[in-house]
Amino acid sequence: MIAIDLAIIWAFIIAFAVFVYVVMDGFDLGLGILFPLFPEKRDRDVIMNSVAPVWDGNETWLVLGGGGLMAAFPLAYAVLMPALYTPMIAMLLGLVFRGVAFEFRWRTTKERNRWDIAFFGGSILATLAQGIALGAILQGVHVEGRHYGGGWWDWLTPFSILTGVSLVIGYSLLGATWLVMKTEGALRDRAYHLSWIFLLAMLGAIGAVSIATPFLHVQYTHRWFAWPNILLTAPVPVAVAAVTVLLLRSLANKYDYQPFFLALALFALSYAGLGISMYPYVVPQSITIWQAAAPANSQLFMLVGVAGLIPLILGYTAWAYWVFRGKVKPESGYH
Amino acid sequence: MFEGWDAVVLARAQFAFTMSFHIIFPAFSIGLASYLAVLEALWLATGREVYINLFNYWLKIFAVAFGMGVVSGIVMSYQFGTNWSAFSDKTGPVIGPLMAYEVLTAFFLEAGFLGVMLFGLNRVGPRLHFLATLMVAIGTLISAFWILSANSWMQTPAGHTVNEAGQFIAADWLKVIFNPSFPYRLVHMVLAAYLTTALVVGAVGAWHLLRDRHLAGPRVMFSMAMWMATLVAPIQILAGDQHGLNTLEHQPVKIMAMEGHFESHKDGAPLILFGLPNQSAGRVDYAIEVPKLGSLILKHSLDAPMAGLDTVPRENWPPVPITFWSFRIMVGLGFLIAGLGLFSLLMRLSGKLYDSRLLHMFALLMGPAGFMAVLAGWITTETGRQPYTVYGLLRTVESASPLAAPAVASSLIAFIIVYFAVFTAGIIYLLRLMAAPPHPGEEGPSHEVPIRTAGITPAAGAVAEGAAR
Repeated sequence: MIAIDLAIIWAFIIAFAVFVYVVMDGFDLGLGILFPLFPEKRDRDVIMNSVAPVWDGNETWLVLGGGGLMAAFPLAYAVLMPALYTPMIAMLLGLVFRGVAFEFRWRTTKERNRWDIAFFGGSILATLAQGIALGAILQGVHVEGRHYGGGWWDWLTPFSILTGVSLVIGYSLLGATWLVMKTEGALRDRAYHLSWIFLLAMLGAIGAVSIATPFLHVQYTHRWFAWPNILLTAPVPVAVAAVTVLLLRSLANKYDYQPFFLALALFALSYAGLGISMYPYVVPQSITIWQAAAPANSQLFMLVGVAGLIPLILGYTAWAYWVFRGKVKPESGYH
Repeated sequence: MFEGWDAVVLARAQFAFTMSFHIIFPAFSIGLASYLAVLEALWLATGREVYINLFNYWLKIFAVAFGMGVVSGIVMSYQFGTNWSAFSDKTGPVIGPLMAYEVLTAFFLEAGFLGVMLFGLNRVGPRLHFLATLMVAIGTLISAFWILSANSWMQTPAGHTVNEAGQFIAADWLKVIFNPSFPYRLVHMVLAAYLTTALVVGAVGAWHLLRDRHLAGPRVMFSMAMWMATLVAPIQILAGDQHGLNTLEHQPVKIMAMEGHFESHKDGAPLILFGLPNQSAGRVDYAIEVPKLGSLILKHSLDAPMAGLDTVPRENWPPVPITFWSFRIMVGLGFLIAGLGLFSLLMRLSGKLYDSRLLHMFALLMGPAGFMAVLAGWITTETGRQPYTVYGLLRTVESASPLAAPAVASSLIAFIIVYFAVFTAGIIYLLRLMAAPPHPGEEGPSHEVPIRTAGITPAAGAVAEGAAR
């Protein structure tokens, strides 16, 4: 009984860590994707400075998601990682390029563009790979015993490409609305413009993924549309529509903060939709969270740490954001 | 392409390659974070400008090195799953939580306060800023604690049982965490990190003293670094010896490989200084050895019998030549570092610390010695525990992911290309930062308005010390 409860608790903890990662690294990966749309060095400096103090903490949630999965659901980690081999390696290499660009681009004058290209290329590669990985998980992987049993290109399908592109669009929206919040003047006007474009694209992407998902497995169709499940699932698309209206209104009224947080709400709803589709599987249609769960004493041992430390972590992370609050001034760059 | 290759060998090559690159950065940033905390504390306590100049100087270097450590570290955290999935499934319940605690107690602490440490001095004020520096330094040490605990458990597993799915599960978490080799490995590694940083700081100081022996910043950093070498290198030799005795107790086969002891010696084993270990023939060719010294060092008795690899089935032998040589490189460098410490002490006592060009040349040459010793030490301990991932319990070949060789070969090539491109550039930037001497009014890595030390001097009335000091 305790084991069952722990598996659900841990499923929520991992889901929370991954969501916090998507929320926090999503906008800073989005800034990298938007980089080519801001060719002025002055604008790029501001964009970089808006996120430089916090990007490292943002990426730590990715390590917690991966490390937590290994610790709490080792079987799922052991099956999914080889199944997603190519997208995972691509993501890691992308993160290398964009991560070093934060410091390297200030360390050189003549080659500056090289690290700007690395920042853009690494960001879009990592995002595409994350989106593809998500699609590949949703469509399910071939499991044999306690191992991945498929080939190293199984992940590549039209659906995984769709989710990859969708995530690029989604992170771009987060990046654009972040810039609305953190910048001023012409830069912010451009960010408003981009927010419109990426919001419309994001709605298209949400629609396409929502239509495609039920065709992957009959279970997904059943989960969403069968009676009485529909009573619980119907509010999700309704809420998406409501948030969209608010977001459009906030962009039309040129609010500073609302667009970013409403874009996050849109992400949260999409994420909840994913959770509804997947539950209770951690490897869809093959391995449930209970089958993958580590022994209770491992999950319990970590739960103590998580319960005590996550609030503390959220606290000092919030403090770091508070220290660097407000608009980033272009004239403050001295490099 | 690569169809005939062994996927496990490729996966090992990839792990060794990415790990070797990664370890360089934490080895440096553990020591440097502590050094920065000391510099900032000295600045707060004395108000002397030279300390804040040095702090800002090394902070810029820290920012670049730390960034490289973070990105190469994320690679490591996912590689357990991508390339060693069978290992992850079986050991996840035991070492997974140790790594999760590393993330929760160390990575977040470092990352959460790093932004304030790098860019926040003029936003939060000196005291809160010092707290951030301290948190980052403590974070690096906590990180070392957990990751070395996990590694040590793989070397000397304890406190576990095995469940019906074949997974290791913890029976006693304290025994898992404080497994037999952990305290020795932790001390040895943290001291290694401090020495590595001291050698880099000393070399940078020496480089600038060679050009101008009156510069205030280089004098202070050189003196501090040489104190570290003088005091800590002998302690490190002692700690290494104790770690070796612990290894003899728990992983005797590793010691046999390190010593090149293919044959058993009933009445006193020699110490083989040099030679060419011949794995297939099971002997050391052209060995130069001191009779009975091996037994004296390892068993503290000239005639103590010592078993050799001839008592171990061949399929359980580690690769002897690599283990044998990497161990000698580490020990040789260790004694050279201690020699530098001793030489600097003699020069210090005779008042020539800042004037001896010979000492400065020596210190400059020893700049990379810490990195080389750390790498050689890790190669010794990781190669010497083969053919196992969990010592004596889980073989390396049973740990790998079910991946086709072309997949691993492709990723290995990608890692080699990207790492050489990215980290070569990073090391050039680091060397460029180190090539310029610290100067009065040194700015931190902040991309904002330059910090003017006059505005944030902690002790009221502290007078700026010019370059004349």
